[in-house]
Parts: sequence; structure tokens; C-alpha cells
Amino acid sequence: MNTYPWLTTIALLPLVGSVIVVLLPKHNAKLAKSVALAFSLVTLGAVIAMSLNFEANSEEVFQFAESYTWIPSFGINFSFGVDGIALVLIALATTLVPVVILGGWNEAIDSQGSVKGYFALILVLESLMIGVFAATDVFLFYVFFEAMLIPVYFMIGRYGGPQRSYAAVKFLIYSLVGGLFMLASLIGLYVVSAQITGTGTFDFTTLVGLDIDPDIQKLLFLGFFFAFAIKAPLWPFHTWLPDAAGQAQPGTSVLLIGVLDKVGTFGMIRYCLEIFPAASTFYAPVVIAIALIGIFYGGFVALKQTDMRRLFAYSSMSHFGFIALGIFVFTSVGQSGSVIYMVAHGLSTAGLFIAAGYLMSRRGGSAQLSSFGGVNKVAPVLAGFFLIAALSSLALPGMVSFIGEFMVLLGAFQQYMWVGAIATVGIVLTAAYVLRVYQKSMTGPLNPECEGMKDLNGREITALVPIAALIIVLGVFPAPLLNVINPAVDRLMTTVGVSDPEVTFPALNVPASNEGGSE
Amino acid sequence: MNTFTAPEIDYVAIAPILIVAIAALLSVLTETFLPRSVRRPVQMILTLISLIGALIVLVINRDIRTITGGGAVAIDGPALVLMGTILILALLSAFLVAERSLDSLGDSFAPSAAALPGSVDEREFSARGYFQTEIWTLFLFAVLGMLAFVVANDLLFMFVALEVMSLPLYLMVGMARRRRLLSQEAALKYFVLGAFSSAFFIFGAGLVYGFAGSISLPEINDALASTAGETLLIVIGMAMLLVGLLFKVGAVPFHQWTPDVYQGAPTPITAFMGATVKVAAFGAMMRLLYVAFSGIQWDWEIILWAVSILSMIIGSLIALTQSDVKRMLAYSAIAQSGFILVGVVAASPSGISAVMFYLIAYGLVTVGTLAVISMVRDSTGEATHLSKWAGLGKKSPVLGAVMAVFMLSLAGIPLTSGFVIKFSVFAAGIAEGDTWLVIAAVVASIIAAFFYVRVIVVMFFSAPNENTASVAVPSIFTTITVAATVTATLVLGIIPQPMIDLLTNAGIFIR
Repeated sequence: MNTYPWLTTIALLPLVGSVIVVLLPKHNAKLAKSVALAFSLVTLGAVIAMSLNFEANSEEVFQFAESYTWIPSFGINFSFGVDGIALVLIALATTLVPVVILGGWNEAIDSQGSVKGYFALILVLESLMIGVFAATDVFLFYVFFEAMLIPVYFMIGRYGGPQRSYAAVKFLIYSLVGGLFMLASLIGLYVVSAQITGTGTFDFTTLVGLDIDPDIQKLLFLGFFFAFAIKAPLWPFHTWLPDAAGQAQPGTSVLLIGVLDKVGTFGMIRYCLEIFPAASTFYAPVVIAIALIGIFYGGFVALKQTDMRRLFAYSSMSHFGFIALGIFVFTSVGQSGSVIYMVAHGLSTAGLFIAAGYLMSRRGGSAQLSSFGGVNKVAPVLAGFFLIAALSSLALPGMVSFIGEFMVLLGAFQQYMWVGAIATVGIVLTAAYVLRVYQKSMTGPLNPECEGMKDLNGREITALVPIAALIIVLGVFPAPLLNVINPAVDRLMTTVGVSDPEVTFPALNVPASNEGGSE
Repeated sequence: MNTFTAPEIDYVAIAPILIVAIAALLSVLTETFLPRSVRRPVQMILTLISLIGALIVLVINRDIRTITGGGAVAIDGPALVLMGTILILALLSAFLVAERSLDSLGDSFAPSAAALPGSVDEREFSARGYFQTEIWTLFLFAVLGMLAFVVANDLLFMFVALEVMSLPLYLMVGMARRRRLLSQEAALKYFVLGAFSSAFFIFGAGLVYGFAGSISLPEINDALASTAGETLLIVIGMAMLLVGLLFKVGAVPFHQWTPDVYQGAPTPITAFMGATVKVAAFGAMMRLLYVAFSGIQWDWEIILWAVSILSMIIGSLIALTQSDVKRMLAYSAIAQSGFILVGVVAASPSGISAVMFYLIAYGLVTVGTLAVISMVRDSTGEATHLSKWAGLGKKSPVLGAVMAVFMLSLAGIPLTSGFVIKFSVFAAGIAEGDTWLVIAAVVASIIAAFFYVRVIVVMFFSAPNENTASVAVPSIFTTITVAATVTATLVLGIIPQPMIDLLTNAGIFIR
């Protein structure tokens, strides 16, 4: 293996960029934005270069592993490393950042904070997002997990809409509370590791290898899961999300929902499942129930929303239900599907929010559905991109989200037929609210106030092209993604100690003959 | 007939204490002989030089491990660390005592301690612009008592040190310039209860002497080792000694004085005593328990278990309901004493170093927090009611951010020193098998986190209104204290390993 510290480099690049952006002169906003864009592109380039060196079928659990001692007395190390899942999510994060910078080029102009500050915050956040996915020390993960709150808090609280400070505070308090419970569990985990091995540690691989008493697992699991369920967010921990998304700039929302919330689902699959396998199977029915409720609750509430951003937030909640479902049905298809779904959802969210941002900038900042109508007549390119993102959101075959959703449902069917059946109904709901948005805003008679709306300019198109391209290319040819994800998921299933139920391609009258993934 | 042989005294080893003692005596002479106009600068310089000088000598003496003064004084690793901690915290508090530009009336202290509150005399003194300087003398004597307290190796010397430390504190608490009645009430309460607890201590010492025939801590230990059974007398004696010490650290059920004293005392004095008394009393407590009473560890462990859990839970719960920042800090101090006791109960080398780390980091945060509080003012002086802090973070972002760091540290959030110290004592507790105690501590920390975070929420997330206090511009003194404490809080939180190594190398209490 190469020994170049790829991950540290990648995590530090945006941070360096943000420092430079802050030091730039205040009046020259354009220069600051260009520098931010350049740094995000360099980071993306580095991630691509690293990915090319990634060996999908490597024996090692974590590749590009680095480790530096931090607080040896507590067994805390500064260690990085990626498996297939983390790699894919880092790639997602670093792809979305340049898109957000380009798409949100004019976002911070009317805000109370400075323009360069906004873009510096985006870069800081990018650094932390890479760190959170790359950390292989649980304490380090926690630090990044909590540190992410700071830039997001300021991005919402200083650059958001009229209710921004309420939304930012709600976001912060929800996350802090979740974080506190996770911290308590984290200390508990250290205690357990100290009792089993004699010396406490936060090293992920060591912790996975411990044979923790199932009753203790059940307790510690809750602390982690609570934090992740707030972050993701799952029903009923979701109420901060619509407020945050409704007040934040579209670019902020892309990063918040597209990447940050994935930390919650990533945390479930990485930490809850692997460190607490017994507890995960024990709680699986509860989580699946919450996930199903979320799918429908989010869908129904989305149907009634009049503000596009709040609507997308609720639809995301529904999608997070699918992701959590795929994780907790304990089949390799379901879990691979969940990871693909995370990527797909990140891409479609980016498309939807950025397109919504374009629409808002043309209608004085309003995201109300009633402000639009017949837009496809005056701005066909905008409408076209919007349609691609919308179709991706409803998981049309040929889009990457279809693959994710299909695999999740397949996994659910393999394990619990009824769960799969119920979840499938959720698809209809998704189609209903997504198409309703498109119909109300883009089709029909032209809303007189949209008369003379300008179509997308070159910059705006440039931002959306990669999103649309990825949605379709990966939808048609998902092999690169699956090749990277599958080995990681297989290893994960082995650690958790579950195997896929035997699927005998039953004739329809034969019930699925398995009792599910206990050890 | 026995002839009296004077004990050998290692003057080099106790030089730091002697320096402060000489400075305290010079300070009395200054009060007596120098004219009023020059007293303040002389006292200030005397105090700062003696504290810094003692600190330097301490660093030079860092390798000395000895028992001297006829067995009454033990200079060992923990003693040196604790003395250093006391000196640093006292130095930082001395800067707060010296501060004069925050209050339009001058410093924080009554112009003349002897004048009745609200009397003609007091107004007269105030109008003439008098400043009282006795506070410096008392300050030095208190520091002297604390230094002696942590090295005291026999019960009598320990008691003398306890009184030398306490008596000046009782007086200093009653000297607030504003809200003097509140301040004097606090002083009286502190004095009456404190005298009562001292009585417990001396009574306990008597009982222990009755059992062991000696007041020397190592000899008590020997007596315990050679006597099987028949330990009732010494257990009661030990418990009474503990009452005296637990009172000083404000542990439940000996905590009643804490909120009133924290609130009533002049803020620089609250900072000084809140930080240093804990260091001194916990230092003495560890020496007493580990050196003299390790033979009846089972008995005192049970007592401290109960006191620890009660302090953590009751302190945290009552702090939740407080609306005055200083009172909230008082209850937080009670809860923090409970957390420290987790490390004391562990009674292991890692427990000792964890407790010392806790005392250092907590002391720094306490001084820093109270320094910030002393800057937040309205027309009536310090604005300590939480409602007056609404939106303060927006009015004064730097002060808000500093306070936020302190609150996060007290709550035990990672990357601040508060996390490291809590983690250290919990880990020490676990290593000694006190799992349930640690679980109670983790639960209490979660409760406690809410009221610390509430201060941040009020500062940053409420809109400023007409009641919001303003932030007075401090002189260089308070600025130094705040900058030093906040830096230390972050540095100890992010790179704690050097400090952990230092404390681990300090070793254990010698016999």
C-alpha cells in the first residue's frame, strides 16, 4: 500500500482554503468565491486520485490508514482510514461542495454576514465532513460530529431567511442534546473496553473485536442511535429539519441534508451495527417501525407543503426512512442499497435545492409553490434540470436512486415480506408529491408574475450538469459504486454476525421462509 | 528529665511557604507604618512578587521529597503540585483583586471594613476615595494557610493551617463594596458554620489521638496496622475529621453555606476561594485518607461514595433551578466536588493524578468564569441575574465566546479541559471497580450540562433587551486573568498529555 497520508491531505486542503479565503480583502467577493471554488475542486481532484488507488477487494478493513497518538493515556488516537462506504460518502461530499459553491454563487450577498465568510464556512464544513467519514477512532469521530455543528450553525444563523436564528438554535439544541447522549455512551464504551481488555481504547477496530455483554450493548446502543436518529433525522426526531431547511440558503441545505444528515445514517451502519451487533438485531424491529412511519409521515406531510424547501425537507425524511430500513433489515442487498441510496439522495437533493435556489433568485426569494407556474414555457432548461432531479427523487428507473430504492426494498422483502410490501406503497406517495411540485411550478398556464423569467446562465448550468450526469450515469452503470460498496457491506455483515436469508425465488404462494437475522 | 530537642527543619524544602509567610508579615507592617497613599501599590507589588517568587522557588525545588519539621511537614510530589496550583490560582485571583477600572466607584471592596453598611462613616470614606488595603494582607495569610494545609503531615499542624486559611477568608467574604449587607450576612454564615466544622475537625483529631496515641499521620497508620478490631473510636474520629474537610469543599450535606457565600462575597474573592480552597482541602483530604487512614479504607470509602453521589445529584438538580449566575456556579461547585470525590474514592496513583488534574483545570475555569462575571455590569454593579445576560453574546461576542468556552468546559465537552478531567476521574474510578459511582457521575454530568448550556443559550440565542447588562472595559489585570485561563482551558483540553505525564510523575503521597 502507498503510505502517502491521503486522508489528512484531503481533510486539510479545504481548511487551508478557508483560512486563505478569510484573509482575502473584504470588498473583493468574487476573488474569495473563486479561491473557494478552486480549493474545492483541488480537493475533489485529490479525492479522485485517491479513489483510483483504492483496492475494492483489499484484505484490509481500512485503506489509506493513518494513525497519530493524541492522548495516549485515554487510548485516543488521531486515526483516519476508509472502507468502501466511507470512500463513497467522502466522494459525495467533495463532489457536492464545488457544486454548491458554483450554484450558490450569489447566495450570501444580501445576508448580514460577509460573502467571503459564507464560503469560508463551506470549506470548513467540507474539512469536517471528510474528517467525520474518515475517522476510525470513535472519539475522533465524536469530535468531528460535534464540530460540524459550529459552521452549520453560523451558515443558518447568519445567512438564512427571516426566521434564521430560531431555526439555527433549534438545529443546535437538537444536535447538542443528541451529542450529549452519545458522549455518555462513548464514555460507557471506553469503560467497557477497559474492563474487557484492561486498557481502555477508542480504536474502532479494537472495539468491534470486543465481545460486549448484550445487556450493556442495548444501553450503549441507545446513546449512539439517539444522536444518529436526530442527525439523520428519523421520525420523531425530525422537527428541526424543516425549519432549518426552510430558513437556510439552498446551498446550505444541500450540504445539510445531502451530506450532514448522511452522517447519521453512516453512523448507524458503521458504529451502531458493528460495535453493538447484538443490540442492533434486538432493536431492529423498533427501528424498522420508526423507519416505516417516517416513510409515510414524511410523504404525507410533504404532500401538504406550500414551500418548496420545506417540502424537500419532508421528502428527505421519507427517504431517510428508506435508508434506515435498508440498514436494519440485515441483508447485504439492503445495506448496499442503503449506501447507494445515500449517494443518490445526496445528488437529487442537491439538484432540487439548487434548482429551487435558482427559482427563488428569480422570484425575490420566494419558494412558495404559488409563486410559480408554467415556468417550463419561459425557462425550459431550468425546468429540465428540475425535472431530472425530481424524477431522481421519485426513483425513476434509469436514475441512480432507483437502484438504491430497489435494492432496499429487495432486501426488505428477503427478510420481512410485509415490511417490504408496506414500504413499497411509500413509492406511490413519493411519486405523488414530487410530481405535484413539478406540475404546480413548471407546467400549466404561465403565472403572470413569472413573465419574462430568464433561463439559466452558463454558471448555473455548469453547476447542475455534473449532478444530472452523475444521476443518470450511475443509474445506468452503477458497477463502480457497487464494486466499492459491496466488499465493505459483506465484511460488515460478517462482523455483525448475520448472513443473508436464503432466497429460493419462491413461487408467489410460498411465504419467505426465514425468521430473520439473529445470530 | 527530658530535654527538649528542636526539630530539624529543612528550610530549603519549605522555602515557598516561608516566602509567603514573610510577605504576609511584611504586609502587616505595611498596613501599620506606611501612609495610606502608598499602601496599595506596595501591597500589590508585595503580593505579586511573593507569589511569583514562591512559584519560582517551587520549580527549583521540584525534585525535593522529604519529611521535615519533626514529621509535621511532608514535601512530596502531590504537595509540590498542589502548592504550585494554589500559587498560580492565587496569582490569577490577585489580578482580579487588583482590578480597579470595572466599577465606577473603584475596586470591589468596601472602603473601610470597620464602617457599618450604609452608615455616615461609610459614605464619608467612600466620598474621600479611600481604598482599603487590608484585603491584601488577608489574601496573603489565606494563601499561607493553604500552602501549609497541603503539606501538613500531622493533625495539629493541619488544624492550624486550616484556621490560618479560613479566618482571613471569613473576613474577605464580608468586604464587598456593593450589596454589603448581603456580603456581611454571607460572611457571618460562613464564619459560624465554618467554626462549627472546625470544632468537628479538632474533636475528631482528639478521638484519633485517643486511639493512636499520636497526631502524626504515618503513626496513626502504624497504630491502625498493629490494632486488629476495636476501630470504632478511630472510625468516628476519622468521620469527624472528614466533616471538617468536606465542609470546606462544599460537599452535600455540608454545602449550605456555599450559595450565599458565592453570591455575597466580592467576586474576586469568590474566584479566589472557589478555586483555591478546593485545591487545599482536597489535597489535605487525600493526604489524611491515604497516609493515615488507608487501614480503614472500607469505612471512608462508603462515606465518600454517599457524599459524592449526593453532591453530584443534588448540586446538579438545584443548579438547574437557579436564575442567578453566581448562585448557579455555587451549586455547580457542589456538584463538581462530587465529581472530584469520585477520583478521591478511587484511592490509586491514577486517582491522585486525576484529582490533581481536576483541581488545576477546575480552578482555572472557576477563576476565569468569575473574572467574566465581574465584567458584566449594569448601573447597580454586577449584573448576576441570568435575565440580564440575554443577548450578551451578541453585544459582546468575545466575552460571550470566552464564557461559552468556560461553560462547555464545566459541562465536560471534549476539546476543553473539562472533558479531560472528568474522563480522568471516571477512568480512575472504573479502574478501581467503582462502576456504579461512575455511572451516577455520568448521569449527573448530563443533568449538569443543561444548566451550563443554558447560559450559552441565554447569551447567544436571546435578543438583547433594555435589561441586558453591559460589559465594562477591564484593565490589563482582568484581561491577563481571562486570557490566561481561557488559553489554559483550551490547551489542556486539546493536548492534555504533557500535563497528565507531569502529574503521573509527581507520584504519590509519602509516609
